[in-house]
Amino acid sequence: MDLSYSDEQKQIKEGVERFVREQYAFETRRKIAATDRGWLPENWAKFAELGWLGMSFSEDDGGFGGGMVETAILMEAFGSGLVLEPWLPTVVLGGGLLAAGGNAAQKEALLAPMIAGEKQFAVAWVEKQSRYNLADVAVTAKRNGSGFTVSGHKGVVYNAASADTIFVTARTAGGQRDEKGITVFAVDARSKGITRRDYPTQDALRASEVTFDNVSVGSDAVVGQVDNGLALFEDTIDRAIVAVCAEAVGCMDALNKQTLEYIKTRKQFGVPIGKFQVLQHRMVDCFTNAQEARSMTLMATLKIDDADAVTRKKAASGAKVQIGKSGKFIGQSAVQMHGGMGVTDELSVSHYFKRLTMIDTMFGSPQHHLTRYGSLSMAA
Amino acid sequence: MDLAFSRDDIAFRDEVQAFVRTNLPQDVAQKVAHGKHLERDDYMRWQQALGRKGWLAYTWPKKHGGPGWSVTQRYIFENVCADLNAPGIIPFGSKMVGPVIYTFGNEAQKQRFLPGIRESTVWWCQGYSEPGSGSDLASLRTRAVREGDHYMVNGSKTWTTMGHWADWIFCLVRTNPDAKPQEGISFLLIDMKTPGITVKPIIMADGGHEVNEVFFDNVRVPAENLVGKEGEGWTYAKFLLANERLGIAAVPQSKRGVEALKQIARSETSGGRKLIEDQEFRNRLADLEIQVTALEYTELRALSAMAGGGAPGPEVSFLKIRGSEIQQRITELAVEAVGYYAMPYQPALLWHGANEEPIGPEYAHVAAPRYFNARKTTIYGGSNEIQRNVISKMVLGL
Repeated sequence: MDLSYSDEQKQIKEGVERFVREQYAFETRRKIAATDRGWLPENWAKFAELGWLGMSFSEDDGGFGGGMVETAILMEAFGSGLVLEPWLPTVVLGGGLLAAGGNAAQKEALLAPMIAGEKQFAVAWVEKQSRYNLADVAVTAKRNGSGFTVSGHKGVVYNAASADTIFVTARTAGGQRDEKGITVFAVDARSKGITRRDYPTQDALRASEVTFDNVSVGSDAVVGQVDNGLALFEDTIDRAIVAVCAEAVGCMDALNKQTLEYIKTRKQFGVPIGKFQVLQHRMVDCFTNAQEARSMTLMATLKIDDADAVTRKKAASGAKVQIGKSGKFIGQSAVQMHGGMGVTDELSVSHYFKRLTMIDTMFGSPQHHLTRYGSLSMAA
Repeated sequence: MDLAFSRDDIAFRDEVQAFVRTNLPQDVAQKVAHGKHLERDDYMRWQQALGRKGWLAYTWPKKHGGPGWSVTQRYIFENVCADLNAPGIIPFGSKMVGPVIYTFGNEAQKQRFLPGIRESTVWWCQGYSEPGSGSDLASLRTRAVREGDHYMVNGSKTWTTMGHWADWIFCLVRTNPDAKPQEGISFLLIDMKTPGITVKPIIMADGGHEVNEVFFDNVRVPAENLVGKEGEGWTYAKFLLANERLGIAAVPQSKRGVEALKQIARSETSGGRKLIEDQEFRNRLADLEIQVTALEYTELRALSAMAGGGAPGPEVSFLKIRGSEIQQRITELAVEAVGYYAMPYQPALLWHGANEEPIGPEYAHVAAPRYFNARKTTIYGGSNEIQRNVISKMVLGL
């Protein structure tokens, strides 16, 4: 057993940490968030140039042969600087769907240009009634000659406004919550019949409500198998869970570092407030929580490629539960220990807290994943 | 002991309900029901309606122009107001500076300031905290130097809630830098229009503007605006903070918050069922309701003791601790209840009541901002760490 990074991985880590340090000072981030897109094309070009966009894809797919460990290294650094570029929807979700379920033509048409930095993706699965149930799909795709017609509404679609392709889950057969009968489609974002309502999210990212009104797609838009898309989709979401867990670990470490510095320097009653035992213990609990989060994320990073589906699912859900617990404790504690300053927009503390709060909901709340973990683990 | 209200209490409740139903502007009630941000005018219309009826300063004794209500009547009034979605009364005038003025001020000050507080024609704000003085309030440094018939004030205050709407500010200032920290402090009333005062907004994590920094640059304050004696300000400040901590439990608001959560859980779905039928979520909601009930009965015990002639003691700190934690818990559960639709951020709708469709359900877009904002409740009015110190020292003798 060896849980240390290889030399190559260390280099990636140093590179991405340097990027965050040099390009993502908090005030720079504020300016990036205020641009029309909400992210910088220059940064995206740099991601392509440095080979990061293809880092975690196989060489056969035009990537550089890395895997989840490399993804986690990048995501953790992005989390530490609250990076806004749409990595998660484009590379992890869209790229992930193509790598796992795409055919050669789709990989060539979509994945290769994504790795080159020329295409971005969005993935649409949330529906107003669906909450965290990936099988609760009311959007329909009806057979239409050799292709399909997609209709319905998807909510909170991250990066839809910048995406060239929107991947969408749609029902091709069965009842609204049947696991069978779900198909994943890659739809050109400029297709006739797609309308969007764009908005910023609480954590300064961009998302949209996307309505599909009789959008025609060819049979070549099907990613994976018709009617059997759920397993592919769930697997991709589980991989994305590991990625956001790594991002959250980056957020937590950044928060702990700032909070520790603050309680060492902020004086009240003539002493640094870090001299008060109540804050010392809370800071220790923050530290412990971050360690547990890091451990569970590492576990999930290493198990997410396991051959056994139950092992993979448990790994993702287990990590998500831990991240939720640790993220909430650390986020709330960082705000509390910063006092009034922690509740302001001015300090980055509240921005990390907001991101951690959104990660808590993203891909399913800790409660949802606790239930999922429980049924996987106790089934016997 | 008797939990039931007397016939008189019930008649009183009916009277309050009838008044609120007739006089609370409907647009304001709607905003409160949906957890939206209120404008100065929204508060003023409601408070002035109460003021005309003589009910705004509802905790005041009759001799200072209050209704002279019993603690039971106050409790009924607060609960009816919360049930009918009345905005909370801004405490700075009627609950804070008013009692300080009628308890420690001179006759001229009472004549001059109390009517404007009772009728809500003057908006007050609080000048306590400073950038270097948060929990350690007695370390404040804003300086007031007596020069003939006035004080010259220099320094700055922070976290001044709604200071940008205020006509007057009551301030703790240092008049004697050589005395012990608590002994060199005085209580000054300052007109916000006085030259030399600058108000700078502080934007909160939810994007809203409710607190400010207030800067004093050679501000001349007439010496007649000193309340009580020079150097006695700390005593008045403590008197005021005890009052502040009582209302801070926000029991009626939390009861309303639990009911609102139930409504959300009835609208939201999970796995094809109503969220409120989800046993796990239901248990957490039930747990919250029990916490609110424990808080309510603790407050009733404190009120009952006060009705018997006692004063609010250090146990009031416990109401603040639990009250603030429960307020936070309510907002936390709301974020969970609305799922993905906690994510869209709609500042125009949230802060300016813009005519814009909510992205998700009406109740969803306020959930996360309220959760972020509510983190302040365990920080302000003496952080919960400080409140626990007070209890360990004053109640447990540790």
